[in-house]
Amino acid sequence: MAAGDRVRGNQRRRVVVTGMGVISPVGNDVDSFWKSITEGRSGIGHITRFDASAMRTRIAGDVKGYDPGHYFDRKDVRRLDRVSQFFMIAAREAMAQAGIAYDPDDEAAARSGVVFGGGFGGMESFTEEIRILDRRGPDRVSPTGIPKIIINMSAGLVSIEHNLLGPVTCVVTACSASANAIGDAAEIIRRGAADMMLAGGSEATITDYGIAGFAQARALSSRNDEPERACRPFDADRDGFVMGEGGGALVLEERDRAQARGATILAEVLGYGMSADAYHITLPRPGGTGAARAMKAAMADAGIDSSEVSYINAHGTSTEANDATETAAIKLALGDDAYRVPVSSTKSMTGHLLGGAGAVEAVASILALERSLIPPTINLDTPDPECDLDYVPNQPREFSGDYAMSNSFGFGGHNVTLVFGSSGVGNKEG
Amino acid sequence: MDRVEIESRLRDVLVSELGLDADKINTAANFEQDLDVDSLGVVELLMAMEDEFGVKIPDDEAEHIHTVGEAIELVHTKLNA
Repeated sequence: MAAGDRVRGNQRRRVVVTGMGVISPVGNDVDSFWKSITEGRSGIGHITRFDASAMRTRIAGDVKGYDPGHYFDRKDVRRLDRVSQFFMIAAREAMAQAGIAYDPDDEAAARSGVVFGGGFGGMESFTEEIRILDRRGPDRVSPTGIPKIIINMSAGLVSIEHNLLGPVTCVVTACSASANAIGDAAEIIRRGAADMMLAGGSEATITDYGIAGFAQARALSSRNDEPERACRPFDADRDGFVMGEGGGALVLEERDRAQARGATILAEVLGYGMSADAYHITLPRPGGTGAARAMKAAMADAGIDSSEVSYINAHGTSTEANDATETAAIKLALGDDAYRVPVSSTKSMTGHLLGGAGAVEAVASILALERSLIPPTINLDTPDPECDLDYVPNQPREFSGDYAMSNSFGFGGHNVTLVFGSSGVGNKEG
Repeated sequence: MDRVEIESRLRDVLVSELGLDADKINTAANFEQDLDVDSLGVVELLMAMEDEFGVKIPDDEAEHIHTVGEAIELVHTKLNA
């Protein structure tokens, strides 16, 4: 019996990944993203998108050399907040890799959908519209403002562009949103409501309000003089996260159909675990019991035990609270295996993509399995006694293994863990 | 302002602000049928005209603007009233 079937006596539909897409501060497509994170390159720099000179935090990870005109018509781009642009770009790459292109009349189109995960939606558009409202009055706000702002529109836009006429929804759980999106999309396929789902998320909040708001919550690093060294998960001198922007998308398919059409299986979505800290609006529950339950639930859903986990892509934000708590949670969830399993935080290079983080880190986890190489946690110079696991410091590491876990924890106490199986697992008969 | 100048400035607004295709813009062009402007786009168009020419176009007058030529006429009437 394959891992995905182990938990339940009856046959359950299996969900595989057949396409991936990324746009990030370290690369505007999957290949350049992977190259950067395996070379330990940081995408963090001084903020240039707006005048951040009055801010406590003046650094962020923006998408480099981004020209919307390269991807969208002038007429269309006016209606697209940056957050939607990012998700649409990632979705295009994923669909192209999967080799899927539907006409609206195709039967398969009605059996395909989208789940988008995001934190804020069109923040930049929202703040622009409020400014217009204040300065010029209600009859000067844009008729397309509301559509640009609402968080679900990114899902709608992708369904429009790719003719996906089945379940199209959106999940909003802050920094775990796009991890939830992938899990929820897999569940939609498992219960038979769709055969293909485009799942992922994005965020674009490097704006004056975005930075000011998080800075005031004391969540952001203020290592403004050394941007590339600011995001230092698990390091003793970490002082907060660095905001990133971008998005990721996975094409998920029911496994038998994917094989029947000759798709290349990149990985299998094996486990989806969720829990709530039920503790504080921003701080994790001390001791990591909440996150540990999500990890255990994901392993149980995948039908694996901790001895089989080969890599954990940590939430690893570089905040004092998260990194210590996540370390404790990994120990609770994995027991003795916690000291064996390599754990790395790719946020050390990309920054924190908030609602888009889960999807981008899912791509990193799947690539790690596919290429047998773990991207490092960079800037890990001084170990913190509370963070004493193997975080793959500073250099990538070759490994072999079949199961990777990805953690995403959001403000509000949302804990989400996904377990991915390698393509070897995905291709194995149940 | 004469019609020629109105047309020239309107053309600029349609191309640069609404992203319409310059080659398709002429006085006979119908916004919805020829220039692919949807209902939201029509509102954007009217707002852009109000901003560009400093006029107000209430909904009951806006209902009658279907072509570039009709837009030019309406602006001309308001500016020369």
